[in-house]
Amino acid sequence: MASEEGQQHPLSIYFWIWGLLFVLSFFSYMVDYLNFQGGVRWALILTFMFLKAGFIIAIFMHMKWERLALKIAILGPPVAILVLIWLMSAEGFYIEDTRVDYYGESTFEAEPVHH
Amino acid sequence: MSEAVMDPTGTKGVVHDFSRDKQAFGVPWGKAMMWIFLLSDTFIFSCFLVGYMSVRISTTDPWPIPSEVFALSFGGDPIPLILIAIMTFILITSSGTMAMAVNMGYRKNRKATFWLMVATAALGASFVGMQAFEWTKLIVDEGVRPWANPMGAAQFGSTFFMITGFHGMHVSAGVIYLLVIANRVRNGFYEKRGGNYEIVEITGLYWHFVDLVWVFIFAFFYLW
Repeated sequence: MASEEGQQHPLSIYFWIWGLLFVLSFFSYMVDYLNFQGGVRWALILTFMFLKAGFIIAIFMHMKWERLALKIAILGPPVAILVLIWLMSAEGFYIEDTRVDYYGESTFEAEPVHH
Repeated sequence: MSEAVMDPTGTKGVVHDFSRDKQAFGVPWGKAMMWIFLLSDTFIFSCFLVGYMSVRISTTDPWPIPSEVFALSFGGDPIPLILIAIMTFILITSSGTMAMAVNMGYRKNRKATFWLMVATAALGASFVGMQAFEWTKLIVDEGVRPWANPMGAAQFGSTFFMITGFHGMHVSAGVIYLLVIANRVRNGFYEKRGGNYEIVEITGLYWHFVDLVWVFIFAFFYLW
């Protein structure tokens, strides 16, 4: 819990988390580099993303040591976004189906990327 | 009757009423307010990312493959996403230096706090520089526009410029914010106010949040 002197923690914990974030970032880059596809790709991306986000919030932003009231007040409301994601993905798939029904499949011819 | 304290009226009363609440959550008000600001910012970025999800799902045109679009060649074969990977590492490094600055602030080590904040700002500025390079390459060389691009769905450009642009704006604002606070740490501004360096932690919250948003953009826009 926060004392009068604020959030004071040993430096070692920051170094550990710092290193861990580097490793996790390297892993998420490897997901692309090693060209994982499909469900495995999405599972890996989400796992590394949530781990990184969790460590940043808990340790770097000191949420781990804050009072429960603050944790609930700040981390609770974003859960509502899950409902938005659910609604908008359902809507998105419906719009895609409608477009295919009325306009047909895409005839887009992609040009190759030049570097 | 004589012992009752009269509350002020008029505009003074408004200020009095809005500020009479007791301290909540056991944190300084500045920190609570920063958290609440970040919560609102979370919703803005979430709306952008959910909007991106909707248009990516609903388009019938093929989505450009980020791994190829953001590949960079250093003479040889193009390396997928390499610039984005470097930008990610830079931002994480800056989060580390920021966490150190907060810690040094609470230890009242002004010199270390100042230099660590300057280092964080420099890393942030280099991130924005790389983003400018990335945008230039995409606009000039690849012909990506907010309304069309040669690689696939038109929505790719609009969501890309909106999301990374808004994030880049946050980083730029963060660099300025960091430099302002760092300068105040250096010139003894907070010494005159009882040597309280909570402001460094509050600045840090903002900076870590910028890094946090990047984690989600990296996952959903570049890797997905």
